[in-house]
Amino acid sequence: MALSLAEVRRIAALARLELSPEEEARFAEQLSAVLTYVEQLSTLDVSGVPPMTHALAEAPSLREDEVLPSLPPEDSLANAPAREGTFFLVPRIIE
Amino acid sequence: MSTLLDLSLLDLSERLASRAVSSREAVDAALARVEAVDGRVRAFLHVDAANARAAADAADARAAAGQRRGPLDGVPIALKDIFATRGVPTTAGSKILEGYVPPYSATLVERLLDAGAVVLGKLNMDEFAMGTSNENSAYGPCHNPWDLTRTPGGSSGGSAAAVAARECFGALGTDTGGSIRGPASFCGIVGLKPTYGRVSRYGVVAFASSLDQPGPMARSVRDVAALLQAIAGHDPRDQTTSAQPVPDYLAGIEGGAKGLRIGVPREWLGGGLDPGVEARVREALATYERLGATLVDVSLPHTKYGIAAYYLIAPAEASSNLARYDGIRFGLRVKGQGLKDTYAKTRDRGFGPEPKRRIMLGTYALSAGYYDAYYLRAQKVRSLVRRDFDDAFTRCDVIAGPVTPTVAFKLGEKVSDPLQMYLEDVYTVPCNLAALPGMSIPCGLSEKERLPVGLQLIGRPFDEVTLLRTARALEREAGPLPRPPAVE
Repeated sequence: MALSLAEVRRIAALARLELSPEEEARFAEQLSAVLTYVEQLSTLDVSGVPPMTHALAEAPSLREDEVLPSLPPEDSLANAPAREGTFFLVPRIIE
Repeated sequence: MSTLLDLSLLDLSERLASRAVSSREAVDAALARVEAVDGRVRAFLHVDAANARAAADAADARAAAGQRRGPLDGVPIALKDIFATRGVPTTAGSKILEGYVPPYSATLVERLLDAGAVVLGKLNMDEFAMGTSNENSAYGPCHNPWDLTRTPGGSSGGSAAAVAARECFGALGTDTGGSIRGPASFCGIVGLKPTYGRVSRYGVVAFASSLDQPGPMARSVRDVAALLQAIAGHDPRDQTTSAQPVPDYLAGIEGGAKGLRIGVPREWLGGGLDPGVEARVREALATYERLGATLVDVSLPHTKYGIAAYYLIAPAEASSNLARYDGIRFGLRVKGQGLKDTYAKTRDRGFGPEPKRRIMLGTYALSAGYYDAYYLRAQKVRSLVRRDFDDAFTRCDVIAGPVTPTVAFKLGEKVSDPLQMYLEDVYTVPCNLAALPGMSIPCGLSEKERLPVGLQLIGRPFDEVTLLRTARALEREAGPLPRPPAVE
């Protein structure tokens, strides 16, 4: 199935990616090839087959909800591109 | 090169225990080897010489005091740069994490350090583990020590190349669709992808969470067993780890192949398989027969749909996992006009072409109107692939076949065609989809190129014991491969 440039732009916007015009054209072609390849799944009869939603067959183990030590704020903020005091500094959201 | 570096991990360990060799000597020899060859191999993204030497001295002090912690104490190893290491840079092969220094360590890193292992540094990989050739590393590709013009495989290419080139005695990698087994096969070493849930993913940079699994890579089956022993087991910090007890992986490893039923999937021999690879795989199967195993014809009819299902499920999970790279809390930030523009610019500059491609594919597969046709259908096919294996395992104990369709290909050969690159994973992806343990072990050199060929073994869930025993039986018979010639 062929993906149009408009579709590529729509998906890039959903994925928060700013693509160059060259990237848009290349992805349209490459993603179309992959989507054509995966079309073969539609030839399989999957009626009555449950989706494999968990890789592990056993039920996940639960634990007591206890307070445990967590990272000190200085460690958590050490990699922040911008900070103020003990806060992550983000660009203005409301314009 | 110091002959010390030719020792297996466990042989070195014996010498450390008897104090015939010190950890400091082993670490210095490994660092000298990195210095000598890594400019050409490019397996390391970060060498941590000062910490490694200090850790070696501490291990030697423990050995002198009779307080050695076990087989890994004092042994130089290295880690794929996907594992968070406290105080040591972790990039996942991406520019978006350039300069990132984690404030915590992955559970498996903690376990290895607790066992006394000495970490030499962090190893090259395809960006976010997305790739089959290491060419998607944002820091330049790693090269195959058997032929520097060829790929070491991916995504754990740095791990395989470093082990093969004798730059370390063992390494840790991750395998989402073949990223341990493929490179192990291309570089002529042993690699094990454990059952999903056997090893904690806490602190492992996430690619596709229902498929990712860390595992060991080394030059012998016994070494891989010893490394697995150290990292396997339940982790309260990873809810998808299993509570099943961890067996002793070395206890029955010399049990041999006699009486084993080895399933040979009829769909996996012939077809697109290179005849040079097929010849070695068939020889290995004949060796097993000679050792007293029975070959059983099995069918895995849905595995041919594996790639199609995988390249919907893995990108879908990746598109979600990689949403965290937004330039706010860590990693690169490229300032734009307001928040949305900052996100988009950061992600455009920070991600290379392959993560972008997979984010796009995954976003599309999960988007409104397409979810049922793509993602849900792929998850149903995943069930069918698992059923194939469950059926096969009613008639055999372990499954054997090829790892990759060809030997290591040339760098640059497939980069322009992503779909061709994806098809390289045809024999490895089904094992991840079914959440089973899988291995690659060397089964000789190809006739034409004189490059390593791997045999893939796949086991029942949590039956790494049988897998290791089966692998060891062949290794004992075949003997070691020669040293990789391009780094002699």
